[in-house]
Amino acid sequence: MEILKKESNKIIRKEELAPLNKLFEIKQPNIARKAVPGQFIVIIHSENGERIPLTIADTNKVKGTITIIFQEVGKSTMQLGTFKEGDRLQDVVGPLGKPTEIEHYGTVVCIGGGVGIAPLYPITKALKEEGNKVIGILGARTKELLILEKEFEEITDELYITTDDGSYGRKGFVSDELSRLIGEDYKIARVWAIGPAIMMKVVSEVTRPQNIKTIVSLNPIMVDGTGMCGCCRVEVGGETKFACVDGPEFDGHLVDFDLLMKRQAMYKREEKLALESYIQSKRGK
Amino acid sequence: MPRPAPKKVIMREQPPKERIKNFNEVPYGYSPEEAIEEAKRCLGCKKRPCVEGCPVEIDIPGFIKAIAEGDFRKAIKIMKGNNALPAICGRVCPQEEQCEKCCIVGKIKNSEPVAIGRLERFIADWEAEQGKLEIPPRPTPTGKKVAVVGAGPAGLTVAGDLAKLGHEVVIFEALHKPGGVLMYGIPEFRLPKKIVEREVNYIRKLGAKLVTSFVVGRTETVEELLGEFDAVFVGTGAGLPWFMNIPGENYNGIYSANEYLTRSNLMRAYLFPKYDTPIIKGKRVAVIGGGNVTIDSARTALRLGAEHSMVIYRRSKKEMPARNEEIAHAEDEGVEFHLLNLPVRYYADENGWVKEMECIKMRLGEPDASGRRRPIPIEGSNFKIPVDAVVVAIGQSPNPLIPQSIKGLEVGRHGNIIVDPATGKSSYIRVWAGGDIATGAATVILAMGAGRVAARSIDEYLRTGKW
Repeated sequence: MEILKKESNKIIRKEELAPLNKLFEIKQPNIARKAVPGQFIVIIHSENGERIPLTIADTNKVKGTITIIFQEVGKSTMQLGTFKEGDRLQDVVGPLGKPTEIEHYGTVVCIGGGVGIAPLYPITKALKEEGNKVIGILGARTKELLILEKEFEEITDELYITTDDGSYGRKGFVSDELSRLIGEDYKIARVWAIGPAIMMKVVSEVTRPQNIKTIVSLNPIMVDGTGMCGCCRVEVGGETKFACVDGPEFDGHLVDFDLLMKRQAMYKREEKLALESYIQSKRGK
Repeated sequence: MPRPAPKKVIMREQPPKERIKNFNEVPYGYSPEEAIEEAKRCLGCKKRPCVEGCPVEIDIPGFIKAIAEGDFRKAIKIMKGNNALPAICGRVCPQEEQCEKCCIVGKIKNSEPVAIGRLERFIADWEAEQGKLEIPPRPTPTGKKVAVVGAGPAGLTVAGDLAKLGHEVVIFEALHKPGGVLMYGIPEFRLPKKIVEREVNYIRKLGAKLVTSFVVGRTETVEELLGEFDAVFVGTGAGLPWFMNIPGENYNGIYSANEYLTRSNLMRAYLFPKYDTPIIKGKRVAVIGGGNVTIDSARTALRLGAEHSMVIYRRSKKEMPARNEEIAHAEDEGVEFHLLNLPVRYYADENGWVKEMECIKMRLGEPDASGRRRPIPIEGSNFKIPVDAVVVAIGQSPNPLIPQSIKGLEVGRHGNIIVDPATGKSSYIRVWAGGDIATGAATVILAMGAGRVAARSIDEYLRTGKW
């Protein structure tokens, strides 16, 4: 056990994958040894910071590192983005949540939208290694926001890209591409969809009539991430679940996405306030 | 011997109108003169019933005598012989049900017991003010290693006790700060976090190592810890919040008490945006329940700016499990008590924000298994209360993370780890447990008492090798 090692939580590689999309490879041997696809971590970057849940995008057990990819959407992630190679994050906790059920299903479709492509990567890789025929669909608003295309090419049998504005791949949404595949009589055993709540909702609606089991990874607001507070509660099949310990993956056909989206917007006002005062303080310097 | 003064020396406190505008501690504590005066009320009984009333068996007459004599250094030494966390216990123990309940002075007609809790708090704060903590000399290391899981009251007690005996102790805490419920649950105005930090530091100075942000059961399992440690103590508390499972409970603005208090206390949301974690500052806040956590939440809501902070409880005040002192503090501050009411559903606006709570009125029937009178709904008495934030504070059960992760561990109906109360031993060899994880939600001092019992048993096992 490497419990008291000083270099833990150090950022050993930082990359900008797309505007506002950053990658950190973090030294964290304890988590690297344990993490499996589908799990997440919680980061507190500094003393006054909040607990930010981020799904693990990759692990390297030999180097003892984990990789995260995040999008700067508010004060906390923006501030996280200012960390440089060699900096240490105050706290990195995990691995949390239930692992993905990786099995040999046959043909599976892995759908990622936006920064949701990152957590989809280890799941897709594991499904491929398990011998599944893997079809990937990646979507982004526009070409320059698309991440990990090369990496997905290596771990998928077929890969399709969509952009909202048609600047790359097919113009449209990932769900359109999925509809097309379903129409072309692929025998799809299972679908994974990770991305914005609305994307996961639409994908789940596309697969519902065909009764294709669809797994989604939910990203509600969290605090502790260990089942202690109930902040991340979601309704699945009419029952309340804690995404942090019962998930984050659930059967998309049973998830109440509208409730999820409303709860995700709970601190909109405060998030705006925090961002404004952060930007102002940056200007002051 | 003269009869002791009938009343406790009053502990001065922040006036209610002022204190609801800040998170500073409410009582100021005794001055040395006040403490000496109060200490002189102690009769120094030979039979020492107060000590029997203390879950950690503090030499109460001993430390009080030293205070009465003005020898504070000696008083703290006696105290720390049995209790490594006196500044905490002096503040949050229900003394009225323990030591002070047994106090002979309190049995005299029209007389209050000796203010043991206030004196305990005084002596701990006095030592801190001196700026120099006395650390007992480190004993010869025994070469035995103990893992303590959870840095709450139970775990800290085990760690302190075993470190003092020369065992190597490592405490693993899942959150980023140690203290458990002392840190995330009990508000700043009742237990300043500086004090928790101070007492945790004392445990570390005794020799215990602390690792935070390490989730046993995930980062490493108990079985894995057993590969590196001779013994494991599990004190992971009652961290699973209960909800009522009534319609609308997942609307925006509805919190579990655990979340509400964790945001405010551990994450310092009351200092937002200086601290990043936000909290909804409701104007009309309903807090459901009747325990200390309910009162803590209702008082927190006031300090966050609520115009109406309402406790909604299904029985009457007499049946409330909260301490009388806390209820009185809340009343002084203007918390409204809506008794004999049970929430049955919530209503939201078009964006999913809670706006109303529907309650049904209750009446009291015959006593139930808990000995309290059973609340019975009065049919057709439903009514609505406008609310913009709700805190569900109806209790919590043991955190399932560890019990579920150890194969073969005997677990009770509520997910609690079953232990022998005389030793703290679980059904799994070399694993002890204590505090809320074993008993379900109880008090800080009972958890510390359980820690004390387990530490004794662990030490015996480490010395003899006999399970």
